[in-house]
Amino acid sequence: MLARDEDILTAAEEWSKAGRGVALATVVETWGSAPRPVGSNLVIDREGNFLGSVSGGCVEGAVVTEAIDVIESGKSKMLEFGVADDTAWKVGLSCGGTIRVFVEKVG
Amino acid sequence: MKLDLLKTLNEERAARRATIVVTDVTTGTQRLVKGADVAADPLKDVLQEAIRTAKSGMVETQDGKVFLTVYVPSPRLVITGAVHISQALAPMAAMLGYDVVIVDPRTAFASIERFPDVKIIAEWPDEALPPLNVDKYTAFVALTHDPKIDDPALQHALARDCFYIGALGSRKTHARRVTRLTEGGLSEASVARIHAPIGLPIGAISPAEIALAILGEITQRLRQKPEAAK
Repeated sequence: MLARDEDILTAAEEWSKAGRGVALATVVETWGSAPRPVGSNLVIDREGNFLGSVSGGCVEGAVVTEAIDVIESGKSKMLEFGVADDTAWKVGLSCGGTIRVFVEKVG
Repeated sequence: MKLDLLKTLNEERAARRATIVVTDVTTGTQRLVKGADVAADPLKDVLQEAIRTAKSGMVETQDGKVFLTVYVPSPRLVITGAVHISQALAPMAAMLGYDVVIVDPRTAFASIERFPDVKIIAEWPDEALPPLNVDKYTAFVALTHDPKIDDPALQHALARDCFYIGALGSRKTHARRVTRLTEGGLSEASVARIHAPIGLPIGAISPAEIALAILGEITQRLRQKPEAAK
């Protein structure tokens, strides 16, 4: 079944209550063409399981890695992804847009 | 996000109430504003606009930039008629993220065997529809082909601000329906809200194709600005 927005937030609550260590990533700004609108959510647990999306799949891997860091440190982060290139991040958006993703710990 | 806040957010969403989370992205501090409390909030103007447009985004405030995550109820599809088209329409709509409800007083049609996993109410529209609290996040379709069932259902929908109303039937059938509804006291402008013949004109023939055409039209109504849609 596809993950709906409610499912994502319900999962965030359930995972957190189950002690899995959870982070929530939210698309907060987009420029140019971006695959997912502002407000889109991705929930991640300590093991790297995730539900939802912040892009068409281009940057989820990097967000998950950062999210695990956020779960450990408890400190929220702002990530920015642009066109795929060698600078800043090794991943990027093939569609040519730029997105900013806020990652915060749940709980 | 604090677990308490997330819990309240999920409760509000389950109750189909608009909710906004205000996040200071610099400090990470967060608060939740329930739709009912927006009018009394210091950020009232931007919050009201955010709920109206259902758009999340960064906004400038006196205390700096904050991010608003806007949660409005997920769209709902109320189907009058547990017919063959509905057997395709209900699961397809569920996959698109709609909460689906089917209303049909004919128990032979409205059976669990025909509609596993769908909420079905085997009552007449007059009984079934009022408790559903049809709102502006609701799309409403009448598919029974039977005026005894479709007409009262459409009258109920037209009295509310649901974002889409569609009714199955040919141009001729619809012309007769328009006559009945206007003679029943509804204005022409009101009756003109009904999309009929229902669905995008893609030459749909099978029940599943007609369901696709209906969902295409509903999606267009939901997502495109009115001037962009025909």
